[in-house]
Amino acid sequence: MISGVKLGLGLVGAVGATLLGIAMLSQFQAPSLEIVQRGYRGTAMQVNYNEKQLASYLAENKVPASLPQAPAAGPKAGAVYKNVQVLGDLSVGQFTRLMVSITSWVSPKQGCAYCHNTANMAEDSLYTKIVSRRMFQMTQHINADWQPHVQGTGVTCYTCHRGNPVPNNIWFNDPGPRSPSGGMISAGASTGQNLAAASTRYASLPYDPFTPFLEGDHSIRVQGDEALPGSNRHSIKEAEWTFSLMNYFGNSLGVNCTYCHNSRAFSDWSQSTPAKVTAWHGIQMTRDLNGDYLKQLANAWPVNRLGPTGDSPKLACATCHQGVYKPLYGVSMLKDFPELARPGAAGLAYLNASWTPASPMDQEKVGEQGKPSN
Amino acid sequence: MAEYQNLFTRVQVRGPVYAGVPVTGTSWTRSGKPFYIHLFGVLGDAQVGPLYLGITGVASLICGFIAFEIIGLNMWASVDWSPVQFARQLFWLALEPPPPSYGLRLPPLAQGGWWLMAGFFLTASILLWWTRVYLRARALGMGTHVAWAFAAAIWLYLVLGFIRPVLMGSWSEAVPFGIFPHLDWTAAFSLRYGNLFYNPFHMLSIVFLYGSTLLFAMHGATVLAISRFGGERELEQIIDRGTAFERGTLFWRWTMGWAATAESIHRWAWWFAVLCPLTGGIGILLTGTVVDNWYLWGEKHGIAAHYPAVWGTVTDPSLSQGAAK
Repeated sequence: MISGVKLGLGLVGAVGATLLGIAMLSQFQAPSLEIVQRGYRGTAMQVNYNEKQLASYLAENKVPASLPQAPAAGPKAGAVYKNVQVLGDLSVGQFTRLMVSITSWVSPKQGCAYCHNTANMAEDSLYTKIVSRRMFQMTQHINADWQPHVQGTGVTCYTCHRGNPVPNNIWFNDPGPRSPSGGMISAGASTGQNLAAASTRYASLPYDPFTPFLEGDHSIRVQGDEALPGSNRHSIKEAEWTFSLMNYFGNSLGVNCTYCHNSRAFSDWSQSTPAKVTAWHGIQMTRDLNGDYLKQLANAWPVNRLGPTGDSPKLACATCHQGVYKPLYGVSMLKDFPELARPGAAGLAYLNASWTPASPMDQEKVGEQGKPSN
Repeated sequence: MAEYQNLFTRVQVRGPVYAGVPVTGTSWTRSGKPFYIHLFGVLGDAQVGPLYLGITGVASLICGFIAFEIIGLNMWASVDWSPVQFARQLFWLALEPPPPSYGLRLPPLAQGGWWLMAGFFLTASILLWWTRVYLRARALGMGTHVAWAFAAAIWLYLVLGFIRPVLMGSWSEAVPFGIFPHLDWTAAFSLRYGNLFYNPFHMLSIVFLYGSTLLFAMHGATVLAISRFGGERELEQIIDRGTAFERGTLFWRWTMGWAATAESIHRWAWWFAVLCPLTGGIGILLTGTVVDNWYLWGEKHGIAAHYPAVWGTVTDPSLSQGAAK
């Protein structure tokens, strides 16, 4: 009997150790690493690249060939075609070139019919046409007004779409798992965290950092600028939300914290890299685009394009970056499509819809009752 | 011939099972008839039992069980009672303290009330177990060193979960119950308070943590190395120093010029181990209460090295473009 116990325990131990070993090894990367220094020596400010991963990223982020330029001369699209609201001042040749290009960028399989009624191309009967018109305006707005973030490189439809009618890496308000039925956690008491979530790279941190920070404008900064207490009223729980967002940033760009920060003093701009300034503008840009463009389309999208709470699909860092520090490794497609860099039109009144995003983060701020006794 | 080794023992000495010294001054007695398990004998002493739980032991186990259940059931509820998700996400699940808006008031159960209750029962369980450790040592006529070492760990636990939150005026400052969540909390804590590495008591705590492992390795290695001369019989060697301890002491004199004694090495180890949570607890206690940003504190007191700005001047863009968000 004793030897049976011994054998049993031995077997359990061996199987357990093997499984644990496999589970642990699966979380490691095989060498070798390419390390690029980005700060003063000894500060660990560096970007690590895995050569195998890098090869696949490079292959995935190739820019497609642009069609040859069409002459700007000739009749304007707005005069020849009906209902051309945004790109009417292009020549017919330029307009057609852009339409053919966007088909290959956005709906290569579905073709023109993804957005147009092919019997009457001018008709606005498909929601996709309304959305894509607004997206043209958004692209122009990004390139014209958000140069602090996109700089001269700019964006095109392809930056996000990559041949998909709906871009990968979009996000919705995430209310968490369906409301627990038991009496222990009532609806609305969710902490918004402590589930394995890809958004924050499988940390137990808040799984929807987008809603408060990239739709709403909750403060991301949680560190104080004085050594002693008194001025900083942010809670540890708020720090968890910021931490979650930053995890998402790093994951979206394929970098670690020290790409922007000196990790000894995260909040100190003077020790940070210029990339942090670019990222700051990116945050402002994302809030702007989600608010003024994507959420405005709330009434345009069919139900199957909406999120679990009926919200519009929205964008964040990974929507463009797709795991790379500069989308498409900084290759500019915009130079071949200067028509996408004109100032965008104002919001379309008939699409207006607005609401205030609610997030479990709302309760994480230090309330009047919870005033820390400084 | 059979060989006697300290850890993996091939030879197991088996006499009549030993019940221990008589229990006096209590209505509880040790329960169960002692027996041998060969497998246990491979790793330590083969005898199992007798067991003495006593009032404090039983009460501690009951309180611990209640805390365990509250935490586990809340975790399960957070995945809508799905057994699959409970098993799959167990390491991610947590019972969170109340949100900051409640301060030190009693929140509803679903808003951290369960956390307070679990914390109460877990603390009761730990303190009862400490009492048991103390009383059992007294009952055996031993010193109470184990109890005070345990108390050092309890100090850190109480600072994190009770004393500091009370001083800060908010339960939300405390640690959640959960495997990954408490680790992420630790990182968030350091982020919120400007980098714990610049906290001198955190530094001391790390010194004693690493120092403990170093001392443990040195002491364990020395005893194993001289066990071929009977060195593992430390008490006999302390009373009547034999060749084993002479060699061990000589070894350290030769290698580093000085040696602890067989008795004092245990004081070294005990103090290093105890000072680790003791200093760590002080460091946590000062965080947020008297220092809000440890990096800036360190800079103020000249312990943060200055690095050249390799990127030139990087400034906060919000200063020129409106509110900082």
